[in-house]
Amino acid sequence: MPTTRTDRLEIRSSDDVVKVRQQTRVLAVEAGLSLVDQTKIITAASELARNTLDYGGGGELRLEVVEDVGRRGLRLTFEDRGPGIADIQQAMKDGFTSGSGLGLGLGGAKRLSNEFSIQSKPGAGTKITIGRWKA
Amino acid sequence: MDRIPILKLGDALLVTIQVDMHDRLATALEEDLTTKIVDFGAKGVLIDISALEIVDSFIGRMLDNIAAVSRILDADTVVVGMRPAVAITLVELGLSLSGVKTALNVERGMALIKSRLEEFDADDED
Repeated sequence: MPTTRTDRLEIRSSDDVVKVRQQTRVLAVEAGLSLVDQTKIITAASELARNTLDYGGGGELRLEVVEDVGRRGLRLTFEDRGPGIADIQQAMKDGFTSGSGLGLGLGGAKRLSNEFSIQSKPGAGTKITIGRWKA
Repeated sequence: MDRIPILKLGDALLVTIQVDMHDRLATALEEDLTTKIVDFGAKGVLIDISALEIVDSFIGRMLDNIAAVSRILDADTVVVGMRPAVAITLVELGLSLSGVKTALNVERGMALIKSRLEEFDADDED
């Protein structure tokens, strides 16, 4: 799928989570997403960036404006080299948390996206990709 | 360090969140608010989030915490000015903000706090 723009951001601190939200907004506007769709993907990005920081020990975000036959949108890939997730099904459930959060991050981010995939292995880090398409 | 200003408005406190919240700012706001509720004997806290473009679970938890602590200190918390797109997103995210009262704008939020104060005064006269 052709990518018309790719940006990368490091996620190392709470301030970086703010930067993730700002940059996601810039690219969501560029991808032509509606206000509600922008709000959804920025919120999902904020949840996943915080997870990357709190549970993955920091990591990287790749933002891509993608264009395919008949559809345009924004795809975000969060990658960390943290401890990984042993039981992904359990981690996806609302209310499950291994930290002090509300446990809405993963399930919430999935509900707010049109596309969601997660790859994780204990000791090998976590990679999560979400996408939101222009309606 | 940055701090979010807290204004006194009659018997209530008004907080307008205009910046992108990060952890330290949220913690500082919770602390400042609880101190001011006690100092002023405030009966209500209005939190205006009309400038916020998103509310994630972090901000949601902050709002819930502020409401819970305020309640223990005998003050009502009303979150006002939520944008429609934010409301739609919050529900899909799974955050219901069940512990927080909401109103469309500052005026209606203030009316909500005043109505509770009037009930309170009426009880006193009995």
